[in-house]
Amino acid sequence: MADKRVLTPDDVRRATTRMAHEIIERNQGLDGVVLIGIQTGGVWLADALGSEIARIGESIHVGSIDASLYRDDIGLRPVSPAAVSDVGGDVDGATIVLVDDVLFTGRTVRAALDALGDYGRPKAVQLAVLVDRGHRELPIRPDYVGKNLPTSGDETVTVTVDGVVIS
Amino acid sequence: MSRSLLSIEELGTAGVQRILDLADTMAEVNRRPNPKVPALRGKTVCSVFFEDSTRTRLSFETAAKRLSADTMTFAVSQSSLNKGESLRDTIETIAAMGVDAFVIRHKSTGAPWLVDGWTNAAVINAGDGWHSHPTQGLLDTYTVRTALNRPDGFDGLRVAIVGDIKHSRVARSTTAAFTALGADVTWVAPRTLLPPVVHEHVENDIDAVLDRDGGVDVLYMLRMQQERMNEALVPNLREYTARFGLTPERAARLAPHTLVMHPGPMNRGVEVAVDPAELPGALITQQVTNGIAVRMAVLFDLLSAESPEQSLTEGPTT
Repeated sequence: MADKRVLTPDDVRRATTRMAHEIIERNQGLDGVVLIGIQTGGVWLADALGSEIARIGESIHVGSIDASLYRDDIGLRPVSPAAVSDVGGDVDGATIVLVDDVLFTGRTVRAALDALGDYGRPKAVQLAVLVDRGHRELPIRPDYVGKNLPTSGDETVTVTVDGVVIS
Repeated sequence: MSRSLLSIEELGTAGVQRILDLADTMAEVNRRPNPKVPALRGKTVCSVFFEDSTRTRLSFETAAKRLSADTMTFAVSQSSLNKGESLRDTIETIAAMGVDAFVIRHKSTGAPWLVDGWTNAAVINAGDGWHSHPTQGLLDTYTVRTALNRPDGFDGLRVAIVGDIKHSRVARSTTAAFTALGADVTWVAPRTLLPPVVHEHVENDIDAVLDRDGGVDVLYMLRMQQERMNEALVPNLREYTARFGLTPERAARLAPHTLVMHPGPMNRGVEVAVDPAELPGALITQQVTNGIAVRMAVLFDLLSAESPEQSLTEGPTT
């Protein structure tokens, strides 16, 4: 199957900027808001969103979480943690924006929510994704979406700072 | 067939590195207020110890519980082994109850390899005779790696292991693990306590090692096994302490960067004749703490492996 570029680097940058504005608007400021990227694909996006938010408003904490130990497919496929989680600061009472590059079945987000719960009780958890490609297997929906991208289940969506490619 | 951890040599350098990387993740779990993750729910880990142990058995059980695995302890002294049941029948009986991993310690060299051949469960060697104790080697290297913040290896690191090398499975596995990561390991022992194998760096004089240019980076004191006295391998404990022990005089001469380690249980006044709490470089407590993270890494590495009969063949999950 030929690679199809669906978002250019400029598209990614614009989507990131828009999502940063939406996060500030939705939360009526940045009080208690923390960005947490899901390892591995969500980490660079959380950093990018964090830089945009700092540019527009104020600097907020950006952390990362590895949900590997909470996955429901351990033993069914090779699962190995990529990096040490660093949620930073106090989760209790914070408004956490979980960040991932692609939302697909929702199982990674489910695992990340469970992981987050072990650090404390956030006031609220929101979800920001650059690409929502559909095919949800759990009742999970994003709050901030860079691009809705209809795909078939066997396609692969690759997201980097250089754009989004379907293959 | 499950994977097993039987020796550092079989794990190999890449395997050692993989476990130590994973241990960083597990150490983060252990630092949380609620140090428990659901990763190994539904798995059962059975410890079978034919020799006494405090820290290793407790450490494995804690590790299994923090990964949400169920644990069973096979108490050898209350078992049907006393009625003449063979080791093989015992293992096969326990395995039939649905065990995913055996943690085994046995006085005979090679016992874990035998057990591995009898069961599909993963087998972890928690010490066999004088031979091997791989999780000790892993936790020792992990402890130095975190103390020095050297995740990429130990090139040029100078390690001295002092004491009863001959009867020590710890010495063997810890030497193998440090060597795999690029460190230079010197064995320091009286001739009677050296094993009949070739090792590149051997010294009979601890002072010569301590007084070398730059000293040593890691001074690893082994437990002097009292039962060796009966075999007359050393004249008496006081002479051993004077010639090979970490005395106050030697402690004062340690280079400031020297890390002091001991696998426990420690014979105070014999191999270590100072209060380790007063040594700035002592890592002995960290070794015990890190043992849990390293054993969690080992259990997860072995038990999270794809099992062929359940394997999924779908695309990426996001």
